[in-house]
Amino acid sequence: MHWLRIDRYYSSEVETREDAKELGLSRGETYRALETEAENPEVTFQPMMCQHCNHAPCETVCPVAATSHGRQGQNQMAYNRCVGTRYCANNCPYRVRRFNWFNYANNDEFDFNMNNEYGKMVLNPDVTVRSRGVMEKCSMCIQMTQATILKAKREGRAVNTDEFETACSSACTTGSLVFGDVNNKEDEVTSLVEDKRAYNVLDYLQTKPNVIYQVKIKNTNEA
Amino acid sequence: MSHYEAPIREPLVLGDKSYHDITEDIARPIEGKANKNWYMAFYISLAAMLWGFGCIFYTVGTGIGVWGLSKNIGWAWDITNFVWWVGIGHAGTLISAVLLLFRQKWRMAINRSAEAMTIFAVFQAGLFPIIHMGRPWNGYWVLPIPNQFGSLWVNFNSPLLWDVFAISTYLSVSLVFWWTGLLPDFAMIRDRAVKPFQKKIYALLSFGWSGRAKDWQRFEEVSLVLAGLATPLVLSVHTIVSFDFATSINPGWHSTIFPPYFVAGAIFSGFAMVQTLLGIMRKVTNMEDYITRLHVEYMNIVIILTGGIVAVAYATEFFIAWYTGSPYENYTYLSVGAATGPYAWAFYSLLFFNILTPQLLWIKKIRRSFIWSFIISIFINIGMWFERFDIIAIVLSKGHLPSTWWRFEPTFVDVGIFIGTIGFFFVLFLLYARTFPVIAQAEVKTILKSSGEFYKKRREQGIPTKPAIVLADNKITEEDSSDKKNKK
Repeated sequence: MHWLRIDRYYSSEVETREDAKELGLSRGETYRALETEAENPEVTFQPMMCQHCNHAPCETVCPVAATSHGRQGQNQMAYNRCVGTRYCANNCPYRVRRFNWFNYANNDEFDFNMNNEYGKMVLNPDVTVRSRGVMEKCSMCIQMTQATILKAKREGRAVNTDEFETACSSACTTGSLVFGDVNNKEDEVTSLVEDKRAYNVLDYLQTKPNVIYQVKIKNTNEA
Repeated sequence: MSHYEAPIREPLVLGDKSYHDITEDIARPIEGKANKNWYMAFYISLAAMLWGFGCIFYTVGTGIGVWGLSKNIGWAWDITNFVWWVGIGHAGTLISAVLLLFRQKWRMAINRSAEAMTIFAVFQAGLFPIIHMGRPWNGYWVLPIPNQFGSLWVNFNSPLLWDVFAISTYLSVSLVFWWTGLLPDFAMIRDRAVKPFQKKIYALLSFGWSGRAKDWQRFEEVSLVLAGLATPLVLSVHTIVSFDFATSINPGWHSTIFPPYFVAGAIFSGFAMVQTLLGIMRKVTNMEDYITRLHVEYMNIVIILTGGIVAVAYATEFFIAWYTGSPYENYTYLSVGAATGPYAWAFYSLLFFNILTPQLLWIKKIRRSFIWSFIISIFINIGMWFERFDIIAIVLSKGHLPSTWWRFEPTFVDVGIFIGTIGFFFVLFLLYARTFPVIAQAEVKTILKSSGEFYKKRREQGIPTKPAIVLADNKITEEDSSDKKNKK
């Protein structure tokens, strides 16, 4: 998962035309000022993972159809079909796709617990090890969704309300990440989506993401 | 002179050549020994090529991570080089196909080499889409071939797939067209060959050309058909290459002007490369009488025209970027993205090399000067590379979200592969210049007498023109018979 970079590009002193006017900057100077980081940036934490767009720009451009839409609405990546053109990553406006630039597993140059048997036990056995040269991204824990569905099927019942989970939503202690079935009226996520504060990142691109954020409300008045 | 004299067309072949002289001139580089310059150029190119191959092996063996890319910039030098090389190829097809249909006879001196350039450039271009893949050994998956992987099929929505079809069609049609034109010339070399091995090889290459009237008739029909097939390719190939960008949603790529703009740019850069190559070739193979100032001037006129279209396209892009009121578009083209951002140097060198420099060609003296044309052509080659770099790397460096802004820096592998393809290209071209008839001699022979220059000279010398025709014809028949003797 990709956490939004909080660095020099995040914020600059000049952000609006009014700011530029106030500082008396010319057009060229304004553009240059946009490249300079702010001294004291105001920080908002926004996790940025694959948005699982319903109208996904990455899906149309892959020549081998390695990334396509799943039945539950996720954008799915077939690692073993990927030839690695990186076109999907270029066309992703959120830039959330990650490429395997090198071979990371069983490679002494990268020590990510993937080089010996004991280290590998730390890793999630339900997730495929990606080889060099393929694209990967947040799968929205398809293995967990699948396990939930299979469990319900085995027990001969429908999936319960709020039964679906992802690794991040189950890990978040404050409940800021919620995962669920948006078609289930009783699921918590459905009411959150219909909330006034809900929005999509870059919604003007009409990618129709399945990841929905809520506007952060802050009291900026000094006491 | 008391009467009005209509201006005589400038001759396309200089030096009062006879048919036999042409045969001799074209066969000389093949039959003779290479000079020092050739060997020097060849070894330098070979070294560059081997270095590039080394870098390619390193990339394939280690991973794309050895390039300067990141999650934000998935393409940079690789696709820049791809588009640059494909673009260069376009001039060859334009010269051989479109100019054939328009009956521009000046093409005859340059079409063979321009088409060779096309094919060698497409080789280089084709290399990049393959090596830019993370797993090039699975590259054949982009071909719609029946397979046993399940119900897997290619994605016909993807412009990259269209590229596969466009480039492979282009290469095969160009290759067939080129080879068809070569048949009578290979046969000429075959008939003159003294060494049996050489004779065998050229006999094989000429596909048993006999020189009968029926052969010629079929030859002309096939040439015309292939020219008709190749003409749409001049427009379609770079149109489809531009779709890689135009159909995406990145501001700066998502642009309806791209197809015509790319095609004009391709022909522009292609003619520049023809100028560069022919500037070298006419010296190395002593073809000064065939590639004349007139040819250089005509090519420069095409460069002014296509360069003008490219300039208008730039202006349109900038205007529309501002006029749409879309801050994203404006940002990419005018502001931080290009003109004032960290890549400003690339942007200004693009304007200098592509827009300002070609304007010098409006001056007739420069347009007809070999050395000036050579220098300007190299400038345009550089400028067009920057154009593609600007489009690809700058656009990707400034995405929709500021958190994805990133700056591309090439590694030595990026540079090495690019230099390697230049070396590979020149290795192929230099080998071609020593083994292939570099000028379509059979065709050039048909335009030998299209200028009245020869007769005018005779009249000025006081030799009556009427007998002169007889004289010239006699001379030619004599030489033709001597030609036949040689064959025996």
